[in-house]
Order: sequence, then structure tokens, then C-alpha cells
Amino acid sequence: MTDFKQVYLDNNATCKTSPGVVEAMLPFFGDLYGNPSSMHSFGGRVAEHVISARAKVAALLNASPEEIVFTSCGTESDNHAIRGTLEANPEKKHIVTSKVEHPAVLNVFRFLAKRKGYRVTELGVNKQGDLNLEELKAALTPDTVLLSIMAANNESGTLFPIDEIGAIAREKGVIFHTDAVQAVGKIPVDLKKLPVDLLSLSGHKLHTPKGIGALYIRKGTRISPFIIGGHQEHGRRAGTENVPYIIGLGQACEEAMNDIFEENNRVRKLRDKLETGLMSQISHAHINGNPQWRLPNTSNIGFEFIEGEAILLHLSAAGIAASSGSACTSGSLEPSHVLMAMQVPFTYAHGSVRFSLSKFTTEDEIDYALKTIPPVVQKLRDMSPFYDPKK
Amino acid sequence: MWDYTKSVMDHFSNPRNVGKIENANGVGEVGSLACGDALKLYLKIDPETGKIEEARFQTFGCASAIASASALTEMVKGMSIEEASKVTNDDIARFLGGLPEQKMHCSVMGREALEAAIANFKGEEIAEHEDATVICKCFWVDEQKLREVVIENKLKTVEEVTHYTKAGGGCGGCVPDIKRILNDINGTKADEPVEKPRMTNLQRIKLITETIETKIAPILRADGGDIELVDIDGYDVYVKLHGACAGCSGAKATLQKIVQETLRKEVDPDISIIEASK
Repeated sequence: MTDFKQVYLDNNATCKTSPGVVEAMLPFFGDLYGNPSSMHSFGGRVAEHVISARAKVAALLNASPEEIVFTSCGTESDNHAIRGTLEANPEKKHIVTSKVEHPAVLNVFRFLAKRKGYRVTELGVNKQGDLNLEELKAALTPDTVLLSIMAANNESGTLFPIDEIGAIAREKGVIFHTDAVQAVGKIPVDLKKLPVDLLSLSGHKLHTPKGIGALYIRKGTRISPFIIGGHQEHGRRAGTENVPYIIGLGQACEEAMNDIFEENNRVRKLRDKLETGLMSQISHAHINGNPQWRLPNTSNIGFEFIEGEAILLHLSAAGIAASSGSACTSGSLEPSHVLMAMQVPFTYAHGSVRFSLSKFTTEDEIDYALKTIPPVVQKLRDMSPFYDPKK
Repeated sequence: MWDYTKSVMDHFSNPRNVGKIENANGVGEVGSLACGDALKLYLKIDPETGKIEEARFQTFGCASAIASASALTEMVKGMSIEEASKVTNDDIARFLGGLPEQKMHCSVMGREALEAAIANFKGEEIAEHEDATVICKCFWVDEQKLREVVIENKLKTVEEVTHYTKAGGGCGGCVPDIKRILNDINGTKADEPVEKPRMTNLQRIKLITETIETKIAPILRADGGDIELVDIDGYDVYVKLHGACAGCSGAKATLQKIVQETLRKEVDPDISIIEASK
């Protein structure tokens, strides 16, 4: 094929590493090998860089550096936030989350219900993936210790009103954690303004290599350490610092801060171009998620009468990477829990494809996707017993 | 990504015999949009010789569903209906150089469509099974089909049954029924212990208390000791030892061995015994 391309539209799964991030990390794989805790110059020089990285992460969130704890990934941050909060507040036994959380939250809650005797409320969503805040408010009881609601959904891109949710939690005296892995860097997150107690973020969604995350812990929040050992991270997360990756995360947060305007505008325009282009060329297609209140980089489209895995494999053969909420792609037999919670009909739940862009996505790539995707959908529809071209 | 064979990828990328046959005299349709895959098979059979002259298909499904349907049509073209009726799901999978275990249900769907198309040609009504015999209500799999697939593919575990038929892959409510059918076919020797139904917290607390009182305390008391139940938190049971047992170097071993093993056996294998401080 003469116009063969590689077009990566699966950035909510993981992103291309930023060349600036890799460059910032490299010295710490070599000469700058000191342990930041050591009382000599080898360590001291490295410690200065770790301090600076922590400040950059804090700056992106408008938080204080001492409120940032480095972790190994978003999942660790979520586990730390949830299990650490419960351990430090053992007197209450009710916890609340939503049905559309990432497994890093949802499966922790289900484990706590099954094995630790916690009463769990999982809040549902409407067809656009929005929560009912009245229902949320009513779910918080005097026995409720923790509310965990994601900032942005990884599959549909739907944003939750973290400001309003946090205000309700505060009014009810409930600790509020938000999994902001998909939101940080894509939309502004200002923790001086947002009533959030705990916030998880992940490096590889911000263009670092995989293996680094952070947990924001608002000053004064009662939480127990998750990994116990040395005094690193003020005793909140023991273990010798993963220095190169911490430096990488600092650099990535600095870049995100510079790029967030572009992310909000150029990427949104490209996403809209892709989405309106596909919707106008392809009949019987539906946007999953709240079309207005949504991450600027995400488009989840359900194509009726065809199945997601078949779409992805044809797209992959044409060089385009995307993902699907279809049952077959996950190895389970039911479509994604997010689409099911949104009551997406079976007619297009199985044929739902998520396209997620990043700052590295170009207009050229979107043009190629717009040219490539409609024939793939048509090819599969032509062999589907449910598709009637006359309708 | 799934580990598909070259042949699966070939039949997926370039499926053979796609489409309808307008004057087909044997049509079989299985699956639905809700199930996540469906197959409609069209056969043109010579009424004199019973030979399948043409086979085409339409399918809604993943790569292995498309490949299985394509393979099926290639296999049965030119066969007599007697020969075709002997084609098994395993034959379809083997034609493709194998399918991932979790995708075997795609080959089963191919065989079912073939069966339905042949029955349609012969003018037989495939009896709609009564609701009462439907075992898996998520994917609408009835007992007869389950039994056929279990016997034909020598299935031993619930997981295998799910891979081949999807039954049990939704809400999981029919898993006990699948176990019953497996035990029935493979003899009474259960391949997996039949799970006791999960107790409520209240039932578990009651049973733990009873077990300690009637089965554990008497053994300790016989040695001049005693056991006090302090608290139960989920599956964590906090106890204190008194009398001869307390402070005895063997106390920990006693706790671990007698108390935990007894409670795990009588109540739940996930129980942990923790010595209450203070």
C-alpha cells in the first residue's frame, strides 16, 4: 500500500512517550544514580531534581508539593487512596462509588464488600453516562466514610462535575477521592478550588513511560500509608524513589501545563472533525457519552449491526489503532460495564469503538482515518444479517 | 490481542462465500444481536441428489465468527447432506488450524446453523425448546444443546462449557445447573467441589460462634484452657486465649492449627484467625 500509515487513536489506553520526557529522564539512568535520601552529594544532587519534579506535578494541579505522593501507577494511587482511608477511619462501614469506575476502583470496592464487610453503594448513570447528583447526595449517610467518583470516564469521555460532587461530600463529612487519570493534563484541574481530598493520576496517560503515578493527599486528610517501610515520601509511601520516572513525570506535567490550551482546542477540533466526519459518512451510528460535557480527546461511537473486534482488526490491518467495548475484545462475553451501565442497546454496544487522540495526533492522520474507517464499517455491514441498506 | 492462526486471519480478512442465495432451499439462522454474534447460512441443495451445490453466509460477529462461517461454507460445498450433517464444531476449528479456547463458541455456532439449514431443507421444524429447559437465560442456551456440546467435545469444567456455548458467561446464575449437567454426563465424580452458597454476614457470624462453642472450645477446655471470641470483621476472626493456653509457646500454633482449620472447614475457606491484642 503506497499510503500506508500508522495512526494511533488509542491514547486513553496509553500514549506515545514525549521526546522531552525521555530526554529529561536519561541522565538518571546514568551518572545521576544517587539515592535522594543519602547524606552526600551524590544523593543531594538527585534530591534537588526530585524536589523540582514534585513541584511541577503540584503546579499542574495547583496543589502544594507536600501534598503529592509518587506511586508506581494510577492503580496503586487508587488502592492507596481507598484502602488507606478506610484503615485510618475504621469506625464507619459504608462506601460509595459509581458503576462506571475503572476496575482499579470498582474491583477494590467489590473486594471490600465481599471480604471486609463494607456496605457498598454503586451509583448508576443515565444514557449519556451522567450521575444523578440528588441520588448521590441521598446515598451519603452518617456511616459513609468514603466517596470515590472518577473525574472523566476512560471509555465514554464523559466528565463528572467534581466541584459539585466534592461540595456534597464535604457537606456530609465524607472523604472524597477522584480517579483523575484520564482528566489530568487534558482539562484544567485546580485543587485550590476543587473540594477534592484525594486525587489519582497516572504518568503514561501524560506521555511518560509506564511505571509512575501520583496521589494527591489534601493536607489534613486522614489516611494510612499503603506501603510501609522507610521514611520516603514522608512515610506515606515507603520504598526507594523511582527517580528517573519521577523526573519524567515532573517534565510531563510541565509539558501538560504548557500544552493544555492546545489540548483543549486543537485536539478538540481534530476530535470533532473525526466525529462529525464519521457520523456524516456512516448511517446508523451513535455517539456514546455526553456530547457536550466530555473530554476533548475522546470519541466513542457505536456502529449498529457489526461487532467491535472485527472493526478493530480491519482498522489495525490499515494501520489504525483504536479500542472497543465489545465483549469479544475483552475475552468476556458481555460488552463493557460502562456501556451496559449507560444502557447502550445491544444493537450497537457490541459495535462500539473508542477513538482517543493526543497532542501528537495530526490533521493528516485524522484525514487518513476518515478515509479508512467508513469502508471498513461498510464491508462488515455488507456481510451482516441485520443490516438492510434500504433502511 | 488474540492469537489467531494465519488461516483464521485469512478467512477473516478475505471471507469466502459472503452474501445471500436468493433461491436457497436450506436456510439456518442462529444467534442474535444481544448475544453478540449471529450467523445466517444459505444452502442450495440439489433435491434429486441431496448434494450441496452452493453455500453462502451472512454474519454479525468477531473475527473468529466470520472465519468460522467462511470455513464452514468452504467445507460443506460439494458434500451430500448426509456428509454435511456429520460435520462437527471441532472439524470447523481444525479446518482453521484451531481457535482460541474462548472462541470455540464461534465454531459451535457454525455447526448449529448448518444443522438448522439442513432441517429447513428437509422441512423439519426445529422444535422451539420450552422455556423451562433453557439453562442460561443470558445467552439463551437450553439443556439439550449443552448436553450435546459437552458430550461431543468431552468438556469437563464450567469454564470450558462457557468457552464453547457462552452459557454461564453472563450473570453466572446457571453455573450450578451447568455443574449438574457436567456431573451427570461425566459421572458423579465432580471435577470441582460444588461451592456452598455464600452465607450472609449474619449467618457467617452465627456459624463461627457456634463452631467455636461446640467444636473448638471443648478441645481447649479439655487441656485446661479456653478461647474467647472477641470480634468478627468480614472473614477475619479475632480471638483471645485464656488459662493454660495463654502465654504457652505453642499457643500460636494451637490457634493456627485447631481454630483456623476447623473454622475454614466448617464455615468458609477464606477465614483468617487473628489473635486479639490486649
